[in-house]
Amino acid sequence: MKIIGLIITVVTGALLFYAAGDFPAWSDPASPASTYLSPHFIEKTMEETSVPNIVTAVLADYRSFDTMFETAVIFSAGVVCFFLLRISRREDEEPETRYYRHVLTGVTIQLKEGHKMPPSADFERIDSMWTPPDLIIKTGCRLLIPFVQLFGLYVIAHGHHSPGGGFQGGVILGASVILLAISHDLRTAVRRMSEKLIGILCAAGVLIYACTGALCLLLKLNFLDYSALAGILHVDPITARSHGILMVEIGVGIAVLATMIWIYNNISSAGRYRQGL
Amino acid sequence: MTDLISMVVAKYNYWIYITLMMIGLYAIIAKNNLVKKIVGMNIFQTAIILFYVSIGVKKGATIPILEHGHGPDAHHVVHAVDYINPLPHVLMLTAIVVGVATLGVALALAIRVYNNYNTLEEDEILAQIREK
Repeated sequence: MKIIGLIITVVTGALLFYAAGDFPAWSDPASPASTYLSPHFIEKTMEETSVPNIVTAVLADYRSFDTMFETAVIFSAGVVCFFLLRISRREDEEPETRYYRHVLTGVTIQLKEGHKMPPSADFERIDSMWTPPDLIIKTGCRLLIPFVQLFGLYVIAHGHHSPGGGFQGGVILGASVILLAISHDLRTAVRRMSEKLIGILCAAGVLIYACTGALCLLLKLNFLDYSALAGILHVDPITARSHGILMVEIGVGIAVLATMIWIYNNISSAGRYRQGL
Repeated sequence: MTDLISMVVAKYNYWIYITLMMIGLYAIIAKNNLVKKIVGMNIFQTAIILFYVSIGVKKGATIPILEHGHGPDAHHVVHAVDYINPLPHVLMLTAIVVGVATLGVALALAIRVYNNYNTLEEDEILAQIREK
């Protein structure tokens, strides 16, 4: 197998090396990729959408139909991880032993045979393998996470004028919650952002995107043609396209944020939502 | 000889991407461990991303964010040669996030395989399937 693999790899590589001889040289301004569509995007984006960041304008306006299905792909990846891994407790299983830790004193109570403790602020439920999180890491992450989230929101909201947008901002926001799960434990992160909420947000993001498109359709223009929103937003059609891009980016951000956390939660705990990494 | 050297230097982005791509392809075909195959898939994907982004580069151009888009200096003529090609960046922006999502699915499948067969080595899994 190794020999066959090596032969296939070398043959493919040789073909690609041969083909690369006909490719345009690096950083050539007259290369085919830079002469067909991209001059239109660069020169007309400002007057057509009033968004200085061309990447955002192309992503969410000129190629918005494509991006909608990219978001749908991310959503389905999150759902697939959930269906493949998530294990919920069955009825015939032995009732589990629960551990509760008194937050102030650190005393741990063990409750056998499925007994539950009423929810209270003094006790937190922990896993059998629980180890106290390191003080420096815990405090450092607690200080860092709000700023990470603020930066994520900035990246989404300021995507029109600086590098950024829904995908990048969504990943940053998702990373902040994953950081909480790594620095404390998975239970703490799930307490902040429950599984149900993540599922709803994941679908809501795609829905916001699709509904923006459908709204344009209802206002008698093409699907995702944001200039139709001018009447609702009380702005001229060019600015309406800029605002439409923002609406769509928020949808993308929410979907990406939820999917990143969902995938992490399921994979790090193998679907049990216990322990984590 | 100087022709060859100048060609190698002028197109070095393609040589890097092909080398990376072949490392990934070899890992996907020849490696025995499923996680190593997934890592190979990601190296392959990184090669494609590098290829696309390097295609968008133009000599003497800046990032595709228009300068003075709004404000007093607005309404000046924009020249296409001053900004790099935004299209590959758009395509790769979504590809990176979709890549992370598909990596998640691949790892989820690997976890399921491990739960069933207690191994991630391909030959051991195949041997167990043949026994049944």
